[in-house]
Amino acid sequence: MSFPWAKHYEPKQPLMRWLDEKLPLPRLVYNAVGAGYPVPRNLNYFWNFGVLAGLALTLQIVTGVTLAMHYAANGAVAFQSVEQIMRDVNAGWFLRYAHANGASMFLLVVYIHIGRGLYYGSYKAPREMVWLLGVVIFLLMMATAFMGYVLPWGQMSFWGAQVITGFFSAIPVVGETVRIWLLGGYAPDNAALNRFFSLHYLLPFVTAGVIIMHIWALHIPGSNNPTGVDVKAEADTVPFHPYYTAKDGVGVGVFLLVFAALIFFSPNMLGHPDNYVEANPLSTPAHIVPEWYFLPFYAILKSFTADFILPAKLWGVLAMFGSILLLFFLPWLDTSPVRSANFRPRYRAFLVVLLVDVLILGYVGGAESKPQTVIMGQIASAYYFLHFLVILPLVSRSERPRPLPTSITQAVLDRSAGLGPAKSAMAN
Amino acid sequence: MVRFIAILVGAAFSFVLALALWGTVATWIAEPPPPSAEHEYLHHPKEAELASAGYFGKFDRRQVQRGFQVYKEVCAACHSLRYVAFRDLEHIGYSEAEVKAIASQWVIEQPAVNGDTGEASTRKNLPSDHFPSPFANEVAARAANNNALPPDLSLMAKARHDGANYIYSLVGPDAYVPQPAALVREFPGSKTPPGLHYNQYFPNLNIAMPPPLTADGQVTYADGTRATRDQMAKDVSAFLTWTAEPNLEARHGAGLAAVIFIAIFCFLAWGAYQNVWRDVKH
Repeated sequence: MSFPWAKHYEPKQPLMRWLDEKLPLPRLVYNAVGAGYPVPRNLNYFWNFGVLAGLALTLQIVTGVTLAMHYAANGAVAFQSVEQIMRDVNAGWFLRYAHANGASMFLLVVYIHIGRGLYYGSYKAPREMVWLLGVVIFLLMMATAFMGYVLPWGQMSFWGAQVITGFFSAIPVVGETVRIWLLGGYAPDNAALNRFFSLHYLLPFVTAGVIIMHIWALHIPGSNNPTGVDVKAEADTVPFHPYYTAKDGVGVGVFLLVFAALIFFSPNMLGHPDNYVEANPLSTPAHIVPEWYFLPFYAILKSFTADFILPAKLWGVLAMFGSILLLFFLPWLDTSPVRSANFRPRYRAFLVVLLVDVLILGYVGGAESKPQTVIMGQIASAYYFLHFLVILPLVSRSERPRPLPTSITQAVLDRSAGLGPAKSAMAN
Repeated sequence: MVRFIAILVGAAFSFVLALALWGTVATWIAEPPPPSAEHEYLHHPKEAELASAGYFGKFDRRQVQRGFQVYKEVCAACHSLRYVAFRDLEHIGYSEAEVKAIASQWVIEQPAVNGDTGEASTRKNLPSDHFPSPFANEVAARAANNNALPPDLSLMAKARHDGANYIYSLVGPDAYVPQPAALVREFPGSKTPPGLHYNQYFPNLNIAMPPPLTADGQVTYADGTRATRDQMAKDVSAFLTWTAEPNLEARHGAGLAAVIFIAIFCFLAWGAYQNVWRDVKH
């Protein structure tokens, strides 16, 4: 770890000393999530969500690997094999509901994690690489979630796959050829289902690899904190263990409580009833919608209804991918040296508008296409792009940030004395 | 440079969206979307008030058994139940012997292969068999039903929004009514076509299924309950809720235990957190 006062791993037992000489794995863990990693002392509960995302991925892999022992990736029997899991496999209903809702929990946790990064400026120097790897993880998750939703081979699986793979046909000239090559046929069928299953099994492990790099890159500068002020002295930090392992314990408990409530009491709340109807290429559902976590992006896609030089469909696809890819440029779009939105009144106001904007996009993505909702979606989509691509660079120049605390410790002491700017802020 | 390009890209997307917005508004003013008959005349499902509803719901086994009787005597003529096995009936209170009897007396036999000649034949159902389909295949099903396909009912309660209430309403006593004269006056093109039936709970208002529950006492309940049309509709909804989610009781029970367990964990974790941080201001 980068701070000179980080504690060093000193094994006392002979066995651990022996292990440390041959393969210093315990040392790695000690320095990553043990007492050897000094962390700012003022982190609030928003800093729990990284650990929670890791937990969610682990649970997905455990339930997913078990489900794969019972699932059959063949168009003729996939739907039936899922029903067999639900009815005849011991605790199969638990595994499947945990996996389906686990995807929602994972995305929910990651959205809060990303929101935390946006609010507290965690994407800024010196943590740009952490952010870039985070966006890669997000993209991998979206691909994995999409392909996982296809596997039960229900109506929404099939038609969702049809719509999403249809994006590729928007590419000029070669689009249709690319789409057919990716699907292994003219429409989603056995070939597509098989490759989706293969990739759905592979990508979580790729994600895990990128997560290791994400944490590695984080540990070079160390964690950000709600003031955004750099760590300056040992007094600013506490060792990760036991301080943040204890705090993460509380977060894990609350996470599991919400997760259990979903699995056991409303397991189908976030799913679509049409996915309990077997895939039928000859019958289009009245209303094709993706899972909730894709709705804002789906709304952006649907909002482009006018041809202008390029066809509307291509604009929609470009904008939808662009809405995620622009996150890669965020560290260079926001030039303000102040990280935390607590000290950036204007940026903070725009960020609140962005949050409302994304919620509106989510609503529009799931709503039926009426002129009113289309108009809402078009305005909200425009704000989304304006926020990141225009407002953010301009605000960074014009804004006058509020005075920063001299140090993390100072901010903590000021607040516990009931004064200072952080009192009104969101921090803990 | 990055910021300059970003502003250009942002402006481009916004410009195209503004064009699209202009188009949407212009179309909306020029030709507002016409009102639809479904929008005005479709009824929301009525509350079936099943014992299985709610977070801690359990099946009312007598009601589920009555619903099974309705399925067996009415629905099974056209609708399959392919994900449910006869043995599953033990979970709703039938004994092993009763299940054996139900399976072997089931009117439709299980497709099989003649062991001597290899020809297709049928045999009596066993408890391990799934409910046989009333039609050999989709073509036969459509041929017998005016080209409509009676859907499989195993998952129906989960395959529709608000499924249990939807099923109850769709086959209940006030679902099949004469098409309102006002509807035909307002939407002359929406007259129920021949071969279909007006049903005010069906999404497009015209359903291929003829009214299934037509008279009180259509089924004679083994437990002596008066078989009104409303009662039969509720009971069959209870049965199909069970076929769609046979593990509902186990799930609710495990959920309660899990939530209590995790709540205790949260309490302990909170205590540990307070204890660890007691001397550190943060």
